[in-house]
Amino acid sequence: MSDAFLDICNVSRRFAPRISFGQKIAAKLGQRVDARVTHAVDGVSLTVARGEALGLVGESGCGKSTLGRVVAGILPPSEGTTAVAGEPVMAHGRKTTTRVQMIFQDPFASLDPRMQVGDTIAEGPLAHGLTTKAQAPAYVGKWLTTVGLDPAFAARYPHQFSGGQRQRIAIARALAMQPDMLVCDEPVASLDVSIQAQIINLFLKLRRELGLTMLFISHDLGVVRHLCDRVAIMYLGRIVELGETQAVYAKPQHPYTQALLDSVPKLVLADGVTTSFKPIAGELPSPLSPPAGCHFHLRCPLVQERCRQERPKLREVAKGRLSACHFAPL
Amino acid sequence: MKPASPLSRFWAEFRESKVAFVALAIVVALVGVALAAPLIAPQNPYALADLVLMDARRPPGYVGSGGFTHILGTDAQGRDLFSAILYGLRISLQMGLIAGFIAFVVGVSLGLGAAYMGGRREAFIMRIIDLQLAFPAILLALVLSALLGQGKAQLITALVAAQYAYFARTAHGAAAAERGKDYVEAALSTPLPGWKVVFRHILPNCLPPLIVVATVQVANAIALEATLSFLGVGLPVTEPSLGALIANGFQYMLSGRYWISIYPGVALIVLIVAINLVGDQIRDQVNPRLKR
Repeated sequence: MSDAFLDICNVSRRFAPRISFGQKIAAKLGQRVDARVTHAVDGVSLTVARGEALGLVGESGCGKSTLGRVVAGILPPSEGTTAVAGEPVMAHGRKTTTRVQMIFQDPFASLDPRMQVGDTIAEGPLAHGLTTKAQAPAYVGKWLTTVGLDPAFAARYPHQFSGGQRQRIAIARALAMQPDMLVCDEPVASLDVSIQAQIINLFLKLRRELGLTMLFISHDLGVVRHLCDRVAIMYLGRIVELGETQAVYAKPQHPYTQALLDSVPKLVLADGVTTSFKPIAGELPSPLSPPAGCHFHLRCPLVQERCRQERPKLREVAKGRLSACHFAPL
Repeated sequence: MKPASPLSRFWAEFRESKVAFVALAIVVALVGVALAAPLIAPQNPYALADLVLMDARRPPGYVGSGGFTHILGTDAQGRDLFSAILYGLRISLQMGLIAGFIAFVVGVSLGLGAAYMGGRREAFIMRIIDLQLAFPAILLALVLSALLGQGKAQLITALVAAQYAYFARTAHGAAAAERGKDYVEAALSTPLPGWKVVFRHILPNCLPPLIVVATVQVANAIALEATLSFLGVGLPVTEPSLGALIANGFQYMLSGRYWISIYPGVALIVLIVAINLVGDQIRDQVNPRLKR
């Protein structure tokens, strides 16, 4: 794709367990030592156009946060590369670009408790020459205002704020680096529902005003529908479906997406029609020993012999729609 | 309305403990008299020419040839013990604080560096420190003092070598816990250089346990220095610390001249116990699990 702004190319991320010295000796002596590697992200390729918001959805443990951390330059990928506007995110295991910034799930953990929030916000821009010591207070004030906070809050410490306010501060910190792209890792999951709406509206406003590109990681299908142009569904380290949000929600092209949508609890309608929800049968298999063939075959209602043997490729099943199911289009 | 600063809240809580408050007052008083020793002491114990051997080993209350009362008696050289204790306190505190500070800087840098770097370098640094912690501190300090000889710099080197490992251990433990937290990752993903993240974010969040260790280790350094001086490998006899004063009087203990050893010993014990009590209170306050 020529208009790729964020280019995630064949990224894998594996976690090897730390083997202690004692275990190494035990292994030498012929003992069995559990040293299986976790494939958190397994050969993912994605592109995001400039100004687009891509949702990344999946169950807990599917690798979506790991992928987000690779994109944000916190974790180096085991294989593959990520680039923003042609500029690699990391080089030699270090993050080199400032164009991607990350917003974390828990605003109680992502702000340094011993630093005034103004200093936290100004730290990065000062280090990268985006502002000067003399102009820093005004610069910080500007971004606090942008996220809907009083500039006077700059002199306070994180414990003096509520969860929603802290998340706004974390957003201001990311924006102060003047990024082109934000990676948001479940940014509203730890907030009250009423606060969630405010933060989502803030994201909508920021996208509109600053033209930000976003990778929005969530397990909440409703939030993604509200915020994202396209959505990628992830299962056990792989992308299983990708497409325009409306189209994917209207007509899923992968049985996992279908199951995810069915599992969303819905309200009882006024005329007495209840829309039941079905939880997905079975558990997410361990990424230590993923099933052969299609990762989803243990839980899939459409499973056939082929699914147990052959890994389905992610292929285009309609214009702009990718699915990793042997039987797509469904 | 301005919220109370963390420091003033800490102080308010500290004052609630009477024992710790008294201990702190004693520490401050001892530091004060040690600093003011030349002004308070009736005699300069370093001016060997002023000493009169006639006055040697006199009991407390003896009025000497200098015309003043030796309220704590005199030692074997005819030195006024009260003056010698003030000067000894000065040296003991000086050694303890300097050695404690250097050990803090060295140990904390190693511990934080190891926790930040991770991997083999972390394992290498921490195993060496574990190895060193397996030896008693006094043994290490004794060997080093014997090798380096007498003198303040040599003594400080020996004390630092014996103590930095405790700081490194504590700093590493605290930093390893902070290292994985989101705010550290957020700072690294800005991106900020590693040393900035270590000193601006990780170090301030590791300070509470380090302050506790520092307090206790200053007391330990003073005790260690006293032990070395008592054994005769610490400071030269011309500048006796409390340990050397105790050693000087030790041979007269059985002949009934208890005061030469006992009073410096009492001063040493009071100092160390008071510092430890202050350290205990700080530890209780920074450990949230002990909060009522």
